[in-house]
Amino acid sequence: MDNQVLLQKRFFPRKKVCKFCADPNLVIDYKKPEILKSFLNEKGMILHRRQTGTCAYHQRRLTEAIKRARIVALLPFVADVEID
Amino acid sequence: MYEIPKVNRFRRWETLFIIHPDRVDEKDSVLEKLKQIIQSRQGDILKLDEWGMRKLAYPIQKRKNGYYVYAEFFGLSDLPKELESFFRIDERVIRYIIVKLDDHYQKIEETSENKEVKHG
Repeated sequence: MDNQVLLQKRFFPRKKVCKFCADPNLVIDYKKPEILKSFLNEKGMILHRRQTGTCAYHQRRLTEAIKRARIVALLPFVADVEID
Repeated sequence: MYEIPKVNRFRRWETLFIIHPDRVDEKDSVLEKLKQIIQSRQGDILKLDEWGMRKLAYPIQKRKNGYYVYAEFFGLSDLPKELESFFRIDERVIRYIIVKLDDHYQKIEETSENKEVKHG
């Protein structure tokens, strides 16, 4: 009995849905850093698929877009450095 | 020996580049040069969009701002080689990126006429 209660308490199955699959109007584009920003952590690192729930297809495109945006200084390589 | 036949293939690209904040007044000459290079490869600019002054995500050449220009264009397949060399040599352009959009591009004039016929 105790084991069952513990198990029930421990797991909260919450379904994560890929943002881009759910909303077809959201387009992954390196020219739109506002959308890409939500997939970075405070340091400016790309978040794992596990954390955001994006599907493999869109994650591939996302990482490419983020890296392109970094080249043209729309997104930071390292977010620790602040510009005043 | 077998010779590979030459094919004139048109492609479509987009580019985004940043002009040095202190030399924005010279941007017209940069855009003119861009157009000149594209037209030398039988291409043309399809869309030109100046984003204006923007804050950079990180300093480039100790500058915190930059003037962004976006352009969509088409031309023969060896166009980016020359564009890249221009961007790299020119000191007014701090940063650039060229992205391929279409492998095969056909001029719009023909297709638009066809569409009109279909609608009529």
